[in-house]
Amino acid sequence: MLEIVYQFISQNVLLPITTFFLPVDYQAQALTVLQTVIKIFSILVPVLITVAYFTYAERKVIGFIQGRIGPNRVGFFGFSLWGLGQPIADAVKLIVKEIIVPTGSNRALFIIAPILSLAPSLAAWAVIPFDDTKVLANINAGLLYVLALTSLAVYGVIIAGWASNSKYAFLGAMRSAAQIVAYEISMGFALVGVLVAAGSLNLGDIVNSQVGSVFHWFWLPLFPLFIIYFISGLAETNRAPFDVAEGESEIVAGFHVEYGGMAFSVFFMAEYANMILIAVLSAIMFCGGWLSPFQGVPGLEELFNWVPPMFWLLAKTSFFMFLFLWFRATFPRYRYDQIMRLGWKVFIPITIVWLVVVSALVVTNIPPWFN
Amino acid sequence: MTNKIKNYVTSLFLWELLKGLRLTGKYLFKRKITVQYPEEKTPQSHRFRGLHALRRYPNGEERCIACKLCEAVCPAVAITIESEVRADGSRRTTKYDIDLTKCIFCGFCEESCPVDSIVETRIFEYHGEKRGDLLMTKPRLLEIGDLVEKQLAEDREKDALYR
Amino acid sequence: MIEQIVFYLFGGILLLSASMVVVMRNPIHSALFLVLSFFASAAIWLLLQAEFLAITLVLVYVGAVMVLFLFVVMMLDINLVTVREGFARFLPVGITVAVFMIAAMGLVVSSDYFISDTYMPIKSIGLDYSNTKELGLTLYTQYLYQFEIAGAILLVAIVAAISLSMSKSKVNKSISPEQQVIVKKIDRLRVVKMKAEPNIKSREI
Repeated sequence: MLEIVYQFISQNVLLPITTFFLPVDYQAQALTVLQTVIKIFSILVPVLITVAYFTYAERKVIGFIQGRIGPNRVGFFGFSLWGLGQPIADAVKLIVKEIIVPTGSNRALFIIAPILSLAPSLAAWAVIPFDDTKVLANINAGLLYVLALTSLAVYGVIIAGWASNSKYAFLGAMRSAAQIVAYEISMGFALVGVLVAAGSLNLGDIVNSQVGSVFHWFWLPLFPLFIIYFISGLAETNRAPFDVAEGESEIVAGFHVEYGGMAFSVFFMAEYANMILIAVLSAIMFCGGWLSPFQGVPGLEELFNWVPPMFWLLAKTSFFMFLFLWFRATFPRYRYDQIMRLGWKVFIPITIVWLVVVSALVVTNIPPWFN
Repeated sequence: MTNKIKNYVTSLFLWELLKGLRLTGKYLFKRKITVQYPEEKTPQSHRFRGLHALRRYPNGEERCIACKLCEAVCPAVAITIESEVRADGSRRTTKYDIDLTKCIFCGFCEESCPVDSIVETRIFEYHGEKRGDLLMTKPRLLEIGDLVEKQLAEDREKDALYR
Repeated sequence: MIEQIVFYLFGGILLLSASMVVVMRNPIHSALFLVLSFFASAAIWLLLQAEFLAITLVLVYVGAVMVLFLFVVMMLDINLVTVREGFARFLPVGITVAVFMIAAMGLVVSSDYFISDTYMPIKSIGLDYSNTKELGLTLYTQYLYQFEIAGAILLVAIVAAISLSMSKSKVNKSISPEQQVIVKKIDRLRVVKMKAEPNIKSREI
C-alpha cells in the first residue's frame, strides 16, 4: 500500500519535475534527493501527528487512572468526539501566543535552544527500520547513530536553562545535564548488550537476529538490560518519576520556565518525540521490532500472516508509549540524590555484570538465542 | 539477615513498583466520577450561599430597614449602605451596594439581618464583563430577589426549624 | 561535485568555529563553538567514510565531554576583566609560542608525507564493508597490549578521582538513600496497647 503510493509519487510527480527543470547530468541525483525528501516527510509527518495525539492520550490515560475522564469537549464540526480536537486546539493556541524573550537573556541561544532539543529526536528516525525494507538510511552503525543523537538532546536543555538568565531555569538545566549524562552510560551499556547479542550495529540486523518466536526476542536473555534500558529512557527524556529537571514543586518548570507560546511547545514536542523514539527503540532492540509475536506458534502464525509487519512494530511501540503514561500516573518523583544513586551505583554495575553474562552466553552458543 | 536478603530481592525485582502499577492499572478501568458540568450538576443544599438578593414583603414593600447590621458584620467590608427617612416616616436605604469582588460569601449578612431582607440565593453561575458588573446595587439586588423569591421563600421555610 | 561542496562547507564551518572558540569573549559561547567544530569535523570524517569515528566523536565528545565542560563553565563565575588583564603583556610570549607550534606542525605536515600524489581519491567501498568491524579487529589483535595499557591507565584515573572525592566523607552529613529506602514501618513505629483512660465524668473535677 505505502509502496504503491510512493512509487506513484516518484513516477508521476518527481520524475516529471526533474526531467522538466534540470539538465540531464543532474537529473538522477536530483531525483534521489527529492525521493529522500518524500521519504523523510512520510516519516516525520506521522511522527509529529503522533506527538500531538500522544499529549491527548497522556491526558486521557492519566485522567482515567485518577478517576476522571480527561479532555472530552473539543471536537470537529460540532461533534465532541471524545475531545479528539484538543491537541489541535492546543497547537493553535500556542502558535498564536507571543514568544517573550526575557531581558538579560541571550537572545540567539534562547531561540536556538528549542530547535536543538527537537532536531536530534527527529533526526534519529532516519535509521529506524519499520519493516524488512522500509528504512530511510540503512547504515551499518545505526545503533551508534541513535545513541549519539539521543545524547545530543541534552544541549537544548542546557542552553535553554543558561540562556534564559533565570535561576530556576538554570537549576533545572544543571539537574537535567547531570542526570542525562549519568543515565546515558547505563543506556549505552544496555545497548552494548544488544550489540553483543545481535553481533551487529545495524538496527535491521538486530531485529533479524531475533527471528524465531517470542522467546527468541532479546527481552528474555537480556532481561535486566531491557528493564534498565527502558528506565534509563525514562530518565533521559526527563519523564516522571525522573522529571526533577522540571519539578514543578521546587523549581517551577525547570529549564523552560521562561518559554512561552510556540517556543515552549517545541520543547514539549521534543519531549514527546523523544518518548516515542525510546519506545520504538525498545520495541526494535528487545521486542523483535516488526516480527509477529505469533511467529513459531503453529496455527496462529498462519492466521495472522495477512497483518503487515509494520503493524506489529507500531503495536509494540504503542505499548511502550502507554507504559510511559502509566508510570507517570503511578510513581512519585524521585529525589535528586536517589536518581544519581540509581544511575551510577545500581544500573551501571548491573549492566556491566549482565554484559559478562551475555558474552558468556554468546561464546558458549547457548540455544535458543545464540546457536 | 533474612530480612536484609528479602529487602534486597524485593528491591531488585521492583516488587513495590509493580504493586503500585497494579493499583493504578485497576483504577484505569474503574467508573469515572467526573460531573459533566453544564449538562450534569451536583445537588445543592437549601443553605447554599451564592449571589445576594434583597427581598420584599408580599405587599411589595422592601424589607430592608437600613439597620446596617450587615454592613457592620461583613468581614470583607463589601457592603455599603446609606439611608434616609422616607415621607411616611420609615427609615429606608438610598444606597445598598455589595462589592462581589470583595465578598467572601460567608453568609454573615444573611444571619445578621433581623427582617430576612438580605439573603444569599442559590445562583452561582454569573459573571461580569465590564468593570462594575460585579458591583451589585440596590435595584439589581431587588431585581434578583423578585426573580427567585419563590425559591428563597421555600428555602427559608425548610430551614425555619433550625433557626 | 556534491562531495566537494559538502567538504568545503564543513571545512569552512570547522575553521570558522575553531577560530571563534579562541575569539569569543563569553566562555560559554566558546564552548558551544567547540561543539560546532566537533560536529563539522565529524561531518568531514563521514565524507572519508569513517562513520564509526565520526559517530564516536559526536557521542563521546559532544554528547558527554562537552556537556560536562559546559556544566563546569556555567557554574564558574568567570570575571572577564581579570581574564583579559595582561593581554598585551603576554602577547609577545604567545606569538612566539604560536610561531613555534606552526613551524613544528609545518615540519611534520610537510610535503614529505603529504605530497599531492598521496591525496588519493576516496575508494568507494561496498555497503557490506563495516568500518567498525575493521577497527575492532585492528584494535583487539594488532594493538591489543597498547589498548589494554590505555584501559588500565584510565581505570587507575577513575579510582584516583573517586578516592579523591571520597576522602572527605567523614564530615559528610548527607543521608544515605540505600539505608533510607529499606526502612519499613515496622522499624520505626511501635503500636502500644494501653488500657483505656477512666471516664472523665466519673472522676471528681
